[in-house]
Amino acid sequence: MPDDKRIAVLGAGMHPWGKWGRPFVEYGLAAARDALADAGLSWRDIQFVSGADTIRNGYPGFVAGATFAQALGWTGARVSSCYAACASGAAAIGNARAQILAGLCDVALVVGADTTPKGFFAPVGGGDRKNDPDWLRFHLMGATNPTYFALYARRRMDRFGATEEDFAQVKVKNARHGLANPYARYRGEVTVDEVLSSPMVADPLRLLEICATSDGGAALVLTSMDFARRHGGGAEPAVTINAVSTVTPSFPNTVIEMPNFSTDSAVAFSGEWEAGGGFRPSITSAAYAEAGIGPEDLDLAEVYDLSAALELDWYEDIGLCGEGEAEKLLRDGVTSLGGRVPVNPSGGLSCFGEAIPAQAIAQVCECVWQLRGTAQGHQVEGARVAVTANQGLFGHGSSVVLSR
Amino acid sequence: MPTREPAVEGWFTLGESGAPALLGSRCAACGTYAFPAEAQFCRNPDCVSQEFETVELSRRGRIWSYTDARYQPPPPYVAADPYVPFCLAAVELAAEKLVVMGQVTAGVTVDDLRVGDEVELVVDTLYTEDDHDYLVWKWQPVSAGPAVSPGKEG
Repeated sequence: MPDDKRIAVLGAGMHPWGKWGRPFVEYGLAAARDALADAGLSWRDIQFVSGADTIRNGYPGFVAGATFAQALGWTGARVSSCYAACASGAAAIGNARAQILAGLCDVALVVGADTTPKGFFAPVGGGDRKNDPDWLRFHLMGATNPTYFALYARRRMDRFGATEEDFAQVKVKNARHGLANPYARYRGEVTVDEVLSSPMVADPLRLLEICATSDGGAALVLTSMDFARRHGGGAEPAVTINAVSTVTPSFPNTVIEMPNFSTDSAVAFSGEWEAGGGFRPSITSAAYAEAGIGPEDLDLAEVYDLSAALELDWYEDIGLCGEGEAEKLLRDGVTSLGGRVPVNPSGGLSCFGEAIPAQAIAQVCECVWQLRGTAQGHQVEGARVAVTANQGLFGHGSSVVLSR
Repeated sequence: MPTREPAVEGWFTLGESGAPALLGSRCAACGTYAFPAEAQFCRNPDCVSQEFETVELSRRGRIWSYTDARYQPPPPYVAADPYVPFCLAAVELAAEKLVVMGQVTAGVTVDDLRVGDEVELVVDTLYTEDDHDYLVWKWQPVSAGPAVSPGKEG
């Protein structure tokens, strides 16, 4: 792949996920310092800071790039801050990558961190907001995030014969993957029986199958290929980012999605119409096209398992198998550590919970360690190509392809 | 008697002159529907029309998927005390080629629902506050017997 299409990842760092209840800046700062140390660079080497915003922590969260830059000490580095819901981390990586590929900078720092409230995510901010669909869906329907995940899960059961046990097996697998991950919040084996006896939250999804909300922080040091070679004494960088997909949906988006009340209408669309034809498959296909690879080239994937059932949707959406074949892939052990394409070797959101602006960056950190061969206790042997996949509210795609 | 008013303005009719219905928009140029109604732009990327008519959407559709809410949702949901779980359904409207979500009428559990089942739109109380019944659209299984038609009461 030519240099004008890829960038090097020199450093990755994370603050452990948890429910620490401290300011998000603290997690971002710790992750940034770890990423800089990992890269063998100092903060003064950074020319561009790309922050992923948090919207639940006041003004500093809306200008996260500058907030982290101030915490590290003003150096005059250029800055951007961006919000793309769950895809904010990928958007921040995309901004840094564009600066590097355009030749506007050589060395960039990407940081995202969050401090989250307990329980269901509720709409941000007070007052009646009768023009905000995110406020209205709670007010008019009581539709929390897990109810949307549950619609997809029930649909899988009805269309493909997925069972409650299949969903529980995803949780069991991810819990096992996360056991040795020092950054994971939940590290403990879980049995199918334990999952199936946990309280039902939104039928058919149970408490242990729904992603928690977490505190955490993640950071990356990204550089041009030339800089990486100079810094590495002429050696090729160990890990590169070959594609970043931040696509929006294509009309008509016929999957019901948070926070919407309805899908697009397909009446003006001349193609074949099927309710449920959707956005997610287009997210990674754009990344694959940019990286010049296909799903058959993958050695591992980190996907957004907001629910255990949603991980199965992702198997199909990222091209690991055809529609309705995900349960078989899982049962055959293909997506477990030791299988052909382990999915969520980090333990996924199942073991982390979600720290929104940090999560897509954390997915990339995990891929970096996997490709370097340093993911102790959860290493995918001989991994060469990895993909991350995720979708943010209001139409934000998020996928990154990495290789070594 | 509490007064009855919609929990949101302009999203549905109360069915004073017939049956209640959702109010969507239909693009005058390309026919694309939207719910809730769009007044500013057509979602079709190949259409620049800014003319829309308000239309009643199909009152019946088929369940695309469904779930329930076992735990009380956070505000701004106004829950009864004690909290009573409810079902939600995403319903496919064939003529409009779109899927619309909504609560399912009280007393229905997930065991009563199947993907593909036919449901019908009704208007029902969402919550009661200060002697006002605030109304919302809900989906009612067609097999559940005579439709609730609160629009013709009170």
